[in-house]
Amino acid sequence: MGNIPETGRTRRITGRLLVLQVLVLSLLGTLGGRLWYLQIRDGASYVQQASSNHIRTVVVPAVRGEILDANGVPLATNTTKLVVSVSRTSLIGQKDGGVAVLTRLGQVLGMTYEQMHDKVRLCDAKTPAPCWNGSPYQPIPVTQTATTQQAMQIMERQEDFPGVTATPAAVRTYPAPDKANAAQILGYLSPVTQDEITAATDANGKSSLSPSDQVGRAGLEYQYDKFLRGANGTSNLEVDNLGRVIGTAGGNAAVPGDSVVTSIDARVQAIAEQQLQQALITLRGTYDTVTHENFKADSGAVVVMDVHTGKIIAMASAPTYDPNIWSGGISAKDYAALNSTSSDYPMLNRAIQGQSAPGSTFKVVSTTGALNAGYNFDSTFPCTSSMTIGGRVFKNFEGENFGAINLSKALEVSCDTVFYNIAYQQWLSDGGTKPKNPKDWLYKTAHQFGLGAVTGIDLPGEVKGRVPDRQWHIDYYDAMKDTWCKQAKTESDPYLKAIATEDCADFATLRAGDEVNYAIGQGDTLVTPIQMARIYAALANGGTLFQPQLAKAIVSPGGKQVQTVQPVVQGHLPDSPSMINYIDQATANVITSGTAAWKFQGWPQDKIQLHAKTGTAEVVGKQTTSWFDTYTKDYAIVMTISQGGTGSGGSGPAVRNIYNALYGIQANNTIDPSKAIHPPAVGNLPGFHADGTVTTPVAYTVPALTQATPADHQAPLLAALDIAALAPERRTDGWQA
Amino acid sequence: MAGVSSPSWSAPRYKPRREGMGRLLERDNPVRRMDWILVLAALALSGIGSLLVWSATRSRVEINHGDPQYFLVRHLVNLAIGVGLCGAVVALGHHRLRTAVPFIYGLSILGVLAVLSPLGSTVNGAHSWIVLGGGFSMQPSEFCKISIVLICATILSARVDAGEMQRPNARSILQALGLAAVPMGIVLMMPDLGSTMVMVVIILGVLLASGASARWLGGLTLLGALGATAIVQLHVLKQYQIARFAAFADPSLDPAGVGYNTAQARIAIGSGGLMGKGLFHGTQTTGQFVPEQQTDFVFTVAGEELGFVGGMVIIGLLGVILWRACRIAREATDLYSTVLAAGVVTWFAFQGFENIGMTLGIMPVAGIPLPFVSYGGSSMFAIWIGIGLLQSVKMQRSMAG
Repeated sequence: MGNIPETGRTRRITGRLLVLQVLVLSLLGTLGGRLWYLQIRDGASYVQQASSNHIRTVVVPAVRGEILDANGVPLATNTTKLVVSVSRTSLIGQKDGGVAVLTRLGQVLGMTYEQMHDKVRLCDAKTPAPCWNGSPYQPIPVTQTATTQQAMQIMERQEDFPGVTATPAAVRTYPAPDKANAAQILGYLSPVTQDEITAATDANGKSSLSPSDQVGRAGLEYQYDKFLRGANGTSNLEVDNLGRVIGTAGGNAAVPGDSVVTSIDARVQAIAEQQLQQALITLRGTYDTVTHENFKADSGAVVVMDVHTGKIIAMASAPTYDPNIWSGGISAKDYAALNSTSSDYPMLNRAIQGQSAPGSTFKVVSTTGALNAGYNFDSTFPCTSSMTIGGRVFKNFEGENFGAINLSKALEVSCDTVFYNIAYQQWLSDGGTKPKNPKDWLYKTAHQFGLGAVTGIDLPGEVKGRVPDRQWHIDYYDAMKDTWCKQAKTESDPYLKAIATEDCADFATLRAGDEVNYAIGQGDTLVTPIQMARIYAALANGGTLFQPQLAKAIVSPGGKQVQTVQPVVQGHLPDSPSMINYIDQATANVITSGTAAWKFQGWPQDKIQLHAKTGTAEVVGKQTTSWFDTYTKDYAIVMTISQGGTGSGGSGPAVRNIYNALYGIQANNTIDPSKAIHPPAVGNLPGFHADGTVTTPVAYTVPALTQATPADHQAPLLAALDIAALAPERRTDGWQA
Repeated sequence: MAGVSSPSWSAPRYKPRREGMGRLLERDNPVRRMDWILVLAALALSGIGSLLVWSATRSRVEINHGDPQYFLVRHLVNLAIGVGLCGAVVALGHHRLRTAVPFIYGLSILGVLAVLSPLGSTVNGAHSWIVLGGGFSMQPSEFCKISIVLICATILSARVDAGEMQRPNARSILQALGLAAVPMGIVLMMPDLGSTMVMVVIILGVLLASGASARWLGGLTLLGALGATAIVQLHVLKQYQIARFAAFADPSLDPAGVGYNTAQARIAIGSGGLMGKGLFHGTQTTGQFVPEQQTDFVFTVAGEELGFVGGMVIIGLLGVILWRACRIAREATDLYSTVLAAGVVTWFAFQGFENIGMTLGIMPVAGIPLPFVSYGGSSMFAIWIGIGLLQSVKMQRSMAG
């Protein structure tokens, strides 16, 4: 083997080996070049891809700000619930896949291993509930209602529960202090939709909302959502190819939301809600002599306003519901119940979303209009039992006749024929059916009183009501002409057929009957309780229309920054001081000798002068709407009850009880100032501490309510007077959303 | 090695190049004639490989049995066995090995046949493993590469070294091709496409070095191309193999499937930059985004954690090994030794290029390991046997004079 000739070393072979060597080295050169291309030339883009590959950003939800009443009592807050979570990453890493840990955890929480296992499995198309629908690298909550003892058991024996944590988490709750649930004011939260996330996306493609967020859907939760929500934080988690968390890579902390201090006084709110509910219950047991059945009293609203600032002290709407059903996701059953006709839509805030004819409470507008049109304080008008205008008879209810009376008396006794007379005279002087530069004093005044337009209260979804002026007649005729003209041909009911025929012919013109009905707050007039509250508050404060407001201040967490919400003057009533005095006197007389006197016997009018106007508005096909609009030098209270009978009879006792509580008036009509509730003034905010707690400046006890005046079945004559007789109401507007 | 004695080794022709190293040894000790640069480069590459394998498997709890050093230890054990095998080959000598070639050839055929029998098992779609039990398994196709180099070198050089002809004739070429085709065909049926590719290139390299006429080389290359087309057309390949071939150039063709491997590999390497993220600090590696990272995709660990510099060191060390191997081939005194060395060069070079090339996205994905670096006993043993053959050629050349 040793004697091998060197025949292999031919030049040919040497050449071939050189070729091989060149090939081999050029292959390596290619690799080097490619490596440079990837790492140096394109390196930056791969660095970015690598980081998006292994960093998962998890949202750290911001704690939502509170909604507080004027004393700092929370109306909407967050409760801490102990949430026990299990980390899938940790379970996967355990030798038995976490069976032992889940079994032990199940024993602590009173669940079987199967139940635990089902809760932590990931959802897919085939997996039935329960399953985890969230991100697999976030800890999966297995219970939100762990007791402190269970949490302690888990946290003290961490070695037995690797990957299991018990952490407090914030859950929105509405504590309803003193049962003041204020559901429609507060609103509710529900998860964001994809469209909202897209809409909240800025130029950089980052959305201020994340899919796990809840946003305000109604009420103050909606109105002040951007303050309450705060800013979510992020936590950057390093994950591996299976999404298992292998470390953290920083992030930024969540910024808690600001709190909203409202002017709502929970004590007054509680009383207002209770009294509204009581009024409805009482009425449902009261016989209506007009319809010969008990009052239906299906719904109602009450507003308590600070007359000097327009701040809302209480605002209740009935029917109502418990807003806590939204917490942690509303059930399908509850949601269906909220939106059914049988529940009568309790989410509606009827104080701002319910509109109906104001009836005689509108007469303060008509009186102002009449005085501005040139009538005097002493001008007298015949308060006859009826009046014939354009061939139609307009009646005072039950044909009462007070003889010739002035406007003040007409307000006090709510004489319709006096206002018919004024309206007819105005209609004639404006040119009748052929108007010539009409002054339209009565309509102009309504607009000056802020009717037919939203008040701008800091709540969403307010409706604006309707002033049926000439322009509205033209617009509405255009919209309805075809319907009416068709109805005029086909309608079988002779009364409806006559109306349809009439409307088809000349609804576009303001007819005498239209203005006559309008003058007593009937016909096509629609108002909301908040509009009426603003008007009566203006009468109390000398004529200033304030924007109704619920928020007093926006306060940052810990009370460091306070942004007060200043009262906004929106305008002034078109009344001179003497006109306001004139109306003041008349409305005070309503309590002492007028339409409300029967419900205010013994009222300490000499100490607390109360002013009121009753209203009993007719609605076709329904029982009358009760309106009771009142004010003192401090507060304006407006209550309305659908199908609630007369203004004073339906709402009077409830309003009186609210005043009793506010002023500390006892059952024997003496005043005990120590029992009075004093809602804090505008600039008087609750004390905030750095740790976020709030000092409640007053001892918190709701005074015992004085006994409601028993419902009187035998309504006196005066109370019945303010029913506008035979108002040709043609549309069953009633409560409108 | 010291136990090997042969009278013909007693007459060294050259002075030892390194006096300092030789001083410790007997003048005629064969260790002095070894190519130490080659050995050191191979050891350095294996050392880097063990770090990369360690880094890639530290956190892979599902395969490392909870022991972060599981793969490191095994890699080092494999290396030690490999170095031992290398020594054994040197001790035996490649000429003595020639007499055993028919036996080795037969053994390798049996090995690959065993894979096709119920003894074989499938890993990553390639039915190319024999599980030996106790956590051990082997891949006979790795050893098959050596037997192909040996059988081809033996047949092609036999009549030339005997002085009967200047270069291998058609008959010996066809004989060599025929014998090489048997194990290759079996490996292709596994199907282990990567190994088949390596074997095809080895045969071409061996033919090139044997001095076979250019017509044979050109003709065979053409035939190979036609064969590859036919294989695709006749659906011999599995769908996933064709997909791999399509997706290497453009991972977006199949981002969730085959393209995922190449895309993640490219992200890992690309994000390494000049200096890398530091050993054990690669996010792609720690996060286990690259599949098969300790074996076929081990170069991505280097790219990500050691950067361009580290990657170039690996390519450079491979270059040193191949440069020394080419030198050994050039300096070999007979055709058998030359072809043997050239076969090993082709084998290492193509396997290195294909492996790194596929992680860089310039070669299709094929399941073949990176010599010295990838984890895997069979591969490590075969590669070090290859080093042993080279060293044997080097020392035989010295002896032959």
